[in-house]
Amino acid sequence: MLPLTYYLVISAILFALGVLGVLIRRNPLIIFMSVELMLNAANLAFVAFSRAFNVLNGQIFVFFVMTVAAAEVAVGLALIVVIFRTKHSIDVDLMNSLKG
Amino acid sequence: MDFTLILFIVLAVVAVLTAIGMLVSRSAVYAALFLVLNFATVAVLYLLLGAPFIAMAQVTVYAGAIMVLFLFVIMLLGAEKLPKGQVLPWQRPLAIALTVVLLAEAGFLLFQRLSITTALSNPEAALNTEGAVQAIGTMLFSQYLLPFEVTSVLLLVAMIGAIVLTKKEKGET
Repeated sequence: MLPLTYYLVISAILFALGVLGVLIRRNPLIIFMSVELMLNAANLAFVAFSRAFNVLNGQIFVFFVMTVAAAEVAVGLALIVVIFRTKHSIDVDLMNSLKG
Repeated sequence: MDFTLILFIVLAVVAVLTAIGMLVSRSAVYAALFLVLNFATVAVLYLLLGAPFIAMAQVTVYAGAIMVLFLFVIMLLGAEKLPKGQVLPWQRPLAIALTVVLLAEAGFLLFQRLSITTALSNPEAALNTEGAVQAIGTMLFSQYLLPFEVTSVLLLVAMIGAIVLTKKEKGET
């Protein structure tokens, strides 16, 4: 019997914490984990709305978001591994070869 | 006091604290473990919302597969501790200020429109009746069949991509 707003507030707080993590941390693995936290917060909002309006479409969408997140994590981590192999460091402040 | 409210408050506090713990951990492994705890807490929140399939998918896919992959890569790269390098002095206060602005905006929007404070229906009823997993399965294979098939292709592409990216060139040790 909880109002919808409670879940949306939690979702907003988690999303803001994810944004903070992306902005502050310099380890790309932790930045990636903050992005996953943001996706999770969005999923929570989806499921909350799905329950509030008594439809299942929100949960289906969360299913697809999870799948895409898993694929994105696989490719992203492969990229990080390859970058580490060539540069021997994964500090994002050192990744400035494209700077014009 | 309603039991659901107490449960929700406990889960919400644990979720926010573990998220903050992930942000401030100096060691990447601790951050990953905090995030696993956060995902498990959100999975219980899904159960509270009457979404048992999504809750189990969250535990299996997010906490069980994605975070294990993260831990593998953390161990592989030896990135547990990063040396403290040069930090832009204005970066951290600006980030915190911007995050507070984002939260203020979200809070303003949430509490201004009173029409979306619809009460959630009884979660136990949703868990037992209508066979939630069956309903999701039926929808996935009837109404959302095309995204389902496209997702399978996406997973295949991601798998091939990850293998191709990390493959060593011929002649390279």
